[in-house]
Amino acid sequence: MKFLDEYRDSGVARALAARIRSRVTRNWTLMEICGGQTHTIMRYGLPELLPEEIELVHGPGCPVCVAPLELVDRAIEIAGRPGVIFVSYGDMLRVPGSRSDLFQVKAAGGDVRVAYSPMQALKIAAENPGRQVVFFGIGFETTAPANAMAVWEAKRQGLTNFFMLASHVLVPPAMRVILRSPANRVQGFIAPGHVCTVMGFREYETLAAEFRVPMVVGGFEPVDLLESVAMLVDQLEDGRAELENQYSRSVTRSGNGPAQQVMQEVFEVTDRQWRGIGPIPESGYRLREAYAAFDAERVFGTSDIRVQEPPECIAALVMQGLKKPVDCPAFGTRCVPERPLGAPMVSSEGACAAYYTYRRHTSGEVVR
Amino acid sequence: MTSFVCPVPLSATETVLLGHGSGGKLSAELLHSVFLPAFQNPLLARLEDQAVLEFGGSRLAFTTDSFVAKPLFFRGGDIGSLAVHGTVNDLAMCGALPVALSAAFILEEGFPLADLRRVADSMSRAASAAGVTIVTGDTKVVERSSGDGVYVTTTGIGIVPPGLNLSAANARPGDAVLLSGAIGDHGIAMLSAREGLQLDGEIASDSAPLNGLVEAMLAVTHNVHAMRDPTRGGLASTLNEIAKESRVAIELREEAIPVHAGVRGACEVLGLDPLHVANEGKLVAFVPMQHAAELVEAMRRHRLGREAAIIGTVIERNPGMVTMRTVFNTTRIVDMLPGDQLPRIC
Repeated sequence: MKFLDEYRDSGVARALAARIRSRVTRNWTLMEICGGQTHTIMRYGLPELLPEEIELVHGPGCPVCVAPLELVDRAIEIAGRPGVIFVSYGDMLRVPGSRSDLFQVKAAGGDVRVAYSPMQALKIAAENPGRQVVFFGIGFETTAPANAMAVWEAKRQGLTNFFMLASHVLVPPAMRVILRSPANRVQGFIAPGHVCTVMGFREYETLAAEFRVPMVVGGFEPVDLLESVAMLVDQLEDGRAELENQYSRSVTRSGNGPAQQVMQEVFEVTDRQWRGIGPIPESGYRLREAYAAFDAERVFGTSDIRVQEPPECIAALVMQGLKKPVDCPAFGTRCVPERPLGAPMVSSEGACAAYYTYRRHTSGEVVR
Repeated sequence: MTSFVCPVPLSATETVLLGHGSGGKLSAELLHSVFLPAFQNPLLARLEDQAVLEFGGSRLAFTTDSFVAKPLFFRGGDIGSLAVHGTVNDLAMCGALPVALSAAFILEEGFPLADLRRVADSMSRAASAAGVTIVTGDTKVVERSSGDGVYVTTTGIGIVPPGLNLSAANARPGDAVLLSGAIGDHGIAMLSAREGLQLDGEIASDSAPLNGLVEAMLAVTHNVHAMRDPTRGGLASTLNEIAKESRVAIELREEAIPVHAGVRGACEVLGLDPLHVANEGKLVAFVPMQHAAELVEAMRRHRLGREAAIIGTVIERNPGMVTMRTVFNTTRIVDMLPGDQLPRIC
């Protein structure tokens, strides 16, 4: 495929691996933020190409994984109501709430549908004026513009039966949590390329300067990731701590202006609960007052559904790079993708699921 | 945050989920928790795609399959041709020569007769192309909105030639793994028809009867250990089943597995893995390495095997596991899906 094969070229990959090997003089712990990057790293077995000194740990950037339990419970509550058509991205359907998941709501008679974009939900709402259509609007800054656009468009069209259960989360506040933790081991970050495509990378320049930590905005193909690692190693070995942009074919410093505009119009920053991590102040988006009529939380009155997540879960440690998935005794035995116990096993982009799916043969004893 | 206990255990489901029909791990669970205990017998317990019954001196292959398709008509086939090919292929995978099929229809009130005629004509053409006749059948009608137009169930019988002993449990270390052609065409054709996706290049289902290709292979040697057609759940699920049944490991070479550009592109866009996408006209065969080259040559001479390739080998280490040597010369696991393959958010 044009524009893709060159980023999966094994010759280029080997050359980058050799460059990293020639440059590295000591141990470095690097974190890729985004679940899509974790997925590529595992799928292509990139740790096998890297020298022993480089340890990759996996960040909290899997939107499905960090969706809090109570949000899933609220979705399940709404989806089970008569007259509701509940529309969601596919991978949210398997996410377990406290007692059930959306697949089970569907099996019990709920009208739960999978969509590839919120605009499909808008179309369903226009075609079913007698039904209440609720879109599960989750994700990072990446999916926020499309979700904002759908709400904005619903208002423009005067739809009164379209609602969004919106729970967006933002990357920089989560990175601050990791960087401020006294136990932090991460010495360099691969910043999330898709998020930066929307938002630009000014926030990450601030983080790099504030915490004196190297950052490289990275893409999602194997060559992108190896090049990002090489750039981080160069910075670390040189004693630099800057923001560099590896993913320049997609990311600019100021990002996508029109996308940011529609997000600004529809969303405002709010505190959010992160599954496995806990509450993080000013770490998400909710619908503005002007769009309250489209806010499923308010219309369906579900905000009183509160669920305490047990504080002892190792998920938080995995998502901050403090533990590897294989350090958990439940990994691959009681906790598997078809019956996930913890957040990072839920989506194929979660660190535990990516490990389980592609790498468990390398973790010594094979689990099955 | 010191204890290693994760929250939220969800107990096993007590209702049927769509994922139970995916051909992945949930399907296997349903089989093991409901049907195997209920029907227990040694023939079923072998978990082959067909049962082989002995009558006097001859061996009869026997299989059945139900077909649900959305949409009913798609590029490269329809529910009728699919129903014939699916059952013919299940017979062919044990080397049987297909003889006769039954066809049972569950029709929904209001379904246009013109569509039903189209399905029946398509079945007739598919059967004669595969050299089988449809000799018995049944029809039931359910109320409007209790079905998706038409469901088709076909059952087939075939004769297993003497000297053949193909089984998913017979793969052996040292075997070569052969694949008859590019993967994922059927699944992507169905998905793009169903979701109205605008994809570059027209991808047609690969639905086809494989008995002719199997005959061409068996003309080279009867020393074929296992054969299966990787349908729903894709190549990955089929290989995992064989690895498990044969208690061996399989190592694939990524660069050897043919995938058409259109399927690769669609999978990229949708976040799917072609290894998990359905096929309806492909087979994998496990054969002793010394016959591999000759078999691939014979397959390539057949219309349905032009892109045939050796995609991997059977090894002993980590029995039950399928791994793949990537284009970067690293290895990764090739797993069965838990349930339906779900497009990712980002």
